[in-house]
Amino acid sequence: MSSTAILSVTGLSKAFGGLLAVNQISFDVHRGEIVGLIGPNGSGKTTLLNLISGALAPTQGSVRLRRRELTGLPPHRIARAGISRSFQLVRVLPSLTALENVMVGATFGPDAVWGAEAAAIARALLERVGLGGRENAMPEAMTYIDQKRIELARALAADPQVLLLDEWLAGLNPTELRIGIALIESLHAEGRTILMVEHVMDAIRSLCDRCVVMNAGSKLAEGSPEQVLSNHEVIAAYLGDDHA
Amino acid sequence: MLTAILVASVLLGGAYALMAMGLTLQYGVARIMNLATGETLMGAAFGSFWLFTAMQLSPLLSLLFIVPLAFAINWAIYRWLLTPLVRRAKNQGMLEVDSILATFGLLFVIEGAMLAGFGGNYYSYSFLAEPVTLLGHSFGLNRVVAFGVAALMALALYLGLNRTRYGTAIRAVAVDPVAAGLVAIDVPRAAAFAFALGGALTACGGSLLSMFLTFNASMGVVFTMKALIIVIMGGVGDPRGAVIAAFLLALVETVVAALVDPGLTLAATYLLFVLTLLFRPQGLMGRRT
Amino acid sequence: MIFPMQRREVIAVVASTAALALLAGLPLADDGFWLALAISIASYVAMATAWALFSGPTNYVSLATAAFFGSGAYVVSALAETAPWPVVLVAAALVGALLALATGLATLRLSGVYFVIFSFGLAELIRQLVTYYQTQVTGSVGRYIFVTISASEIYWQLLGLCAIALFTGWAIQRSRLGFALRVIGDDETVAAHSGIDTARVKVLLFCISGALIALVGAVMAPRFTYIEPQIAYNPMVSFQVVIMALLGGSKRLWGPLVGVIPFVLLHEWIAGRFPNHTHLLLGMVFLLVVYFVPQGVSGWLEKAWRRIRGESA
Repeated sequence: MSSTAILSVTGLSKAFGGLLAVNQISFDVHRGEIVGLIGPNGSGKTTLLNLISGALAPTQGSVRLRRRELTGLPPHRIARAGISRSFQLVRVLPSLTALENVMVGATFGPDAVWGAEAAAIARALLERVGLGGRENAMPEAMTYIDQKRIELARALAADPQVLLLDEWLAGLNPTELRIGIALIESLHAEGRTILMVEHVMDAIRSLCDRCVVMNAGSKLAEGSPEQVLSNHEVIAAYLGDDHA
Repeated sequence: MLTAILVASVLLGGAYALMAMGLTLQYGVARIMNLATGETLMGAAFGSFWLFTAMQLSPLLSLLFIVPLAFAINWAIYRWLLTPLVRRAKNQGMLEVDSILATFGLLFVIEGAMLAGFGGNYYSYSFLAEPVTLLGHSFGLNRVVAFGVAALMALALYLGLNRTRYGTAIRAVAVDPVAAGLVAIDVPRAAAFAFALGGALTACGGSLLSMFLTFNASMGVVFTMKALIIVIMGGVGDPRGAVIAAFLLALVETVVAALVDPGLTLAATYLLFVLTLLFRPQGLMGRRT
Repeated sequence: MIFPMQRREVIAVVASTAALALLAGLPLADDGFWLALAISIASYVAMATAWALFSGPTNYVSLATAAFFGSGAYVVSALAETAPWPVVLVAAALVGALLALATGLATLRLSGVYFVIFSFGLAELIRQLVTYYQTQVTGSVGRYIFVTISASEIYWQLLGLCAIALFTGWAIQRSRLGFALRVIGDDETVAAHSGIDTARVKVLLFCISGALIALVGAVMAPRFTYIEPQIAYNPMVSFQVVIMALLGGSKRLWGPLVGVIPFVLLHEWIAGRFPNHTHLLLGMVFLLVVYFVPQGVSGWLEKAWRRIRGESA
């Protein structure tokens, strides 16, 4: 099993002053798998994602991509190594067109594709996420879900080995949510490896092969969505002890 | 020699601390990086000089005019010049660029006014120039008095910020303007007040420095650099850090001036700046995130 | 973005080459007042364009133009009597690039504020260091520059620098580097997480900009005849370059060009009419530009042009 692990997180910790935001977290993500990173607000999920993507340097522990040590590298090196991400609050580039936004991923990612080739990749991905024909639109004039689609396409344009999604489904209305889940499902079918922080339980149940549950910075449980969501400690962490 | 340098740097550090506390209020609370802070300082120095030479008014008494006047002018600057920028800024980054540009323009306006009034010559005046002996070395009485006044002002600011209701409100705005607004603090007013108070402290520092320094209309840049570097060293928005960093800068300057060459004090300032940037960009007192 | 050269671009290249040739003929018509004015305009066009190469897309306001300009001029005073002119120019460009490199390495890994602060005092710092060096080592502050070079030659060299600055900007815009800069200007976090080495891109651009400005300083140095730190590191140079680039609009390559000409004329007029209040009045003009033309004239013209053609802005 460990031979197919693409992303390995081992004993990863992050302290802010005296506060341990992430405490000794270890888990693997295997090829073609969708792993959900769940837990109550403030449990350190986004911090963990920031540690993996290089936005923050860990205090301890290591992150490896196919046995390559990524710990403490700056974000651009991690991106070029093959890890792409989306952001909790959607971040599109306002002065670039939709097409150019997506081209950024291809141009500066691991394959460093430039020019017409990058444009072709970006055009195909816009089509893929449902924005075909909107190449020249400015992102500021687009709806929230369309901006999220651009962000996803930008991350995919790098053809990443691991895709990190930080609450990519948050803030979508029920119709959009169905579209969003179907989109991620299709990425799964394509064989993409995804680590996603998510609060939407329906999405976790239908999408994730496995879940890692965090609470107060530590790993509380790991297993299939059914296993972890029926785990007493997990229920207690979300809803308080009375409900467990 | 060592004690002489130490005492001299403490005496100089008092005025530096005032101007740095002024800037840290303006930058930390009102979020305006004021590149004209050195010109505010020089303006006050010229004010004291003029009141002393033309009106025979003691610089200590002139503080009673200059400090409230600086407060009023800085309030007006914030209200009429900077508030429109705060309003039109879509985010913190835009406000930063706009306020840098606006205060950079303001710098030339104030400097131009001083040049028009006083020309490019160097000025100084003689006030309390008799020597006093401290720890076996003699220092100008004016320096000692300036330090005493600076210490009183700093103490008053500290008590004001930490022991009064309005001071707490200002500190709250410094930490988080949005959250401060949610608990019914009038953020624009607190920002204007902090900006004005900062300008008043800087002006006070300028009047005190004029008692023992030789100055001209174009020296503002150097003092702005000193104030900015002290603020960064001390951690933005942290008056205690500003005080510590001010004394550190004064010490380094005094050492360089005494042992190497007085012409290299700005180089010493930059050296401190670079060391801070390389090793503690969050400031001496700041936490590493 | 389309990669082969567009028709519009071909027209722009042909038109600017023709304009350059026409401008190069100016010394034949006049070698007095108009040539002096043209030299002033050409030097500021080159500097403002070079400034905007870096500060336009990144929004990092550099207040250090005088530091680069002055250092270029000082290289001439140090080398002009011993080295051939092309070598002097290369040395000036190198000094400018190295100065930018040092500034960039110290500050550009961090947030923009540190960069602005560092650049703000840089000219004064170097002025003091040069003064110190000259008093300690050479014994006298200030030097005469004996370079036999005519005003027309200076003008042609400046025109050449303008062309280089504009061409460099154009080439960068079409390259991956230019694309990276646009991303950085929009959102540095996204840039870094997309694989852009943001610090490296910024330092590189700042070095190009610094080298060009130092070259302008070198070419202009013989105009001074006598050079001393006070003249070479005049803060007004930093100030004027910023205001011209802003007035024209620093987001477009041709923006600074549009800003320089009216401002140089205005400066001439103010300096002639109100010699004692030049500083004050220029400061006020600066504030007017910051408040009322935030996008620059070029942004404003582009909007008007779009409206005329009936496109929505």
